Amino acid sequence: MLNPFRGFGAVFYKETLHVRRDFATLFFSLIIPILQMFLLGFGIDTNIRQINTAVYNADGRRESRELLDRLRNSDTFHIYRFVNNDKDLNDAIISGKCRVGIKIPVDYSDKLLHGMSAQVLVLIDGSDSSVAGQAINVTTAIGLDESLRRVLSSSDAAFAVEMRPKILFNPDSRSPNFFLPGLTAVLLLNVTTFLTAFSIVREKERGTLEQLFVTPVRPMGLLLGKLLPYLGIGFFELCMIVFAMRFIFSVPIHGSVILLAFLSLPYIFVSLSLGILISSKATSQAHAMQLAFLTILPSIFFSGYIFPRETMPKIFYFISYFVPATYFINITRGIILRGAGWTHLWIDALALFLMGSLLLVIAARRFHNKVITA
Amino acid sequence: MTTFDQPAIQAQHLVRRFGTFTAVNDVSFRVEKGEIFGFLGPNGSGKTTVIKMLTGLLPLTAGEATVQGIDVRTDAESVRENIGYMSQNFSLYTDLTVTENLKFYGRIYGLPEDRLRQRLDEIVQLNGLGPYLNRLAAQLSGGWKQRLALGCAMLHEPKLIFLDEPTAGIDPVARRQLWDLLFELSAHGITFFVTTHYMDEAERCSHVAYIYFGKVIADGTPDALRELPEVNPPGTYRVEISAPHVTSALRVARTIPGVRGATIFGQSIHAQIDDDLGLEHLRAQLKEHNLVVAEIRPLAPSLEDVFVELTYRHQAMQENGAKEGTHA
Repeated sequence: MLNPFRGFGAVFYKETLHVRRDFATLFFSLIIPILQMFLLGFGIDTNIRQINTAVYNADGRRESRELLDRLRNSDTFHIYRFVNNDKDLNDAIISGKCRVGIKIPVDYSDKLLHGMSAQVLVLIDGSDSSVAGQAINVTTAIGLDESLRRVLSSSDAAFAVEMRPKILFNPDSRSPNFFLPGLTAVLLLNVTTFLTAFSIVREKERGTLEQLFVTPVRPMGLLLGKLLPYLGIGFFELCMIVFAMRFIFSVPIHGSVILLAFLSLPYIFVSLSLGILISSKATSQAHAMQLAFLTILPSIFFSGYIFPRETMPKIFYFISYFVPATYFINITRGIILRGAGWTHLWIDALALFLMGSLLLVIAARRFHNKVITA
Repeated sequence: MTTFDQPAIQAQHLVRRFGTFTAVNDVSFRVEKGEIFGFLGPNGSGKTTVIKMLTGLLPLTAGEATVQGIDVRTDAESVRENIGYMSQNFSLYTDLTVTENLKFYGRIYGLPEDRLRQRLDEIVQLNGLGPYLNRLAAQLSGGWKQRLALGCAMLHEPKLIFLDEPTAGIDPVARRQLWDLLFELSAHGITFFVTTHYMDEAERCSHVAYIYFGKVIADGTPDALRELPEVNPPGTYRVEISAPHVTSALRVARTIPGVRGATIFGQSIHAQIDDDLGLEHLRAQLKEHNLVVAEIRPLAPSLEDVFVELTYRHQAMQENGAKEGTHA
């Protein structure tokens, strides 16, 4: 007699009507993530190239110019200006025009010719740690390489050890390849959490929710009826994102697209349930907006989307296990970049599905209690 | 399952507390089938709380209630199947059309498609919604919204419909039309439980109860209430005094011995007067103060008079009770 999903069909019917009626909202909630994707996909390059560099070449002879050519050819440095004294070299960095200053001393060539150790001063702006790190690595490597070449050319010895790094996935270290699979998780969360949270809070504001509770509709029927249309929208959004990623940003997808689509469902389910949970708490759309942002921030910072989880402090690493985006980013990067399959990823999908079910049950209970005690 | 003399609603000693606050305090009443039951009271007196208790939205702290013969404490689910409810703000989906709103509620109650179509036709005819079927609910005027909301509440053919302030903010014509509709439906055997602020609406009900701070202080037909001895204390009668300058007339009237209570009612004064002070005597007294009096005639108490009188008495009783309480 008691069907826990009572009213599901009716609510589903009504919700699809709402979505169709409010086409503008739907359009913008679908198109804005794509715009964000364009901004981030085209605008952000995490590879550090062409660092503006100031050079004070006090020596000026052939050896010093060769060194500068090597720096230039590394693609890491862009010689922005030549200066003629220490003060200008300093100022170039302080003013922010250059990140790196290189001073080749007046006796550089002399020392090399006499087989002595020649010093080159490299000033590095430490205000951006990744730029500084890259500058240190490249200059050190060039220095070592230059030294070895000189030592080896005067004898018959070969390199004792030669490291041959091979990057397995994303060999060119293209940023979109790395960024966009993670971005997919964040964008999907945006769309789905907001849409469901708003759709229920709107009913609260209008008073129609109270009306519904006087009908025989059951909380689960109501919530699932609300959730499924948006699951469809979220899925459509995922397809658009993956399409743009593949054909506009030329990110190669090494694994199965079908598997990606299938495994996105539990993730969309979690974010929709999260939206419903938010709506059980929020009293107005503005309130819901704030709460939704509160859930999106951890997804950006703790999921490994920007900062690698492995370098996080223990506590944040622990927290990241409770962030759904963590699992989905593992899924998207796994399938798209590493060609991972079901056997590698089923555990992430299971974690997402369990999280979603738990959230939905909590939300349904909260709605039930609200009705009974409001 | 239901017997003939079974009431539509039977509420016995209903109590609802929120923490230490008692919102509904020992409320009992009985609504017979086919009645239009007017439930009146000031804002915050517990009207909506009682509705929520009867519709199974709020558990009872104490007491018992049956709605359509079903115990609300044990089977709220069945209660909701058998009632209609229309809330103050009509609760329509304004971005859906009239038909879509009706269809949605029909499906919520699980009407099969052919039955739903049939009921849609009936309701549209009864509520006169025909010309507006494809219009968005947002574009309807207040009166039509309300007719649509009523339609949504009765699609599943409930024999009892709760209307929570159905006429708040509606123009007078729509208000009258709604009441005409209610009478017509009532003739078909539907029971209505209506809360309202309007005294003229209370007069139209076949049965009225007045709730004041969680207590029912009046319960009966409008005529029976008007004849209550508390409202018509022995040795007094009510008059209506028409005068061109009502406010100065009121000031004077209140100084005349034997006039117990007097208030302005439009262009006239309603006053309660001791029997000893005859009509002629009153007229003479007013004349002495150089007042022009157009007419003085006896008057039956209105429901408003009844509720005002009962509220005063209830307040006085409570104050006495509180004093005794502090002595004890």
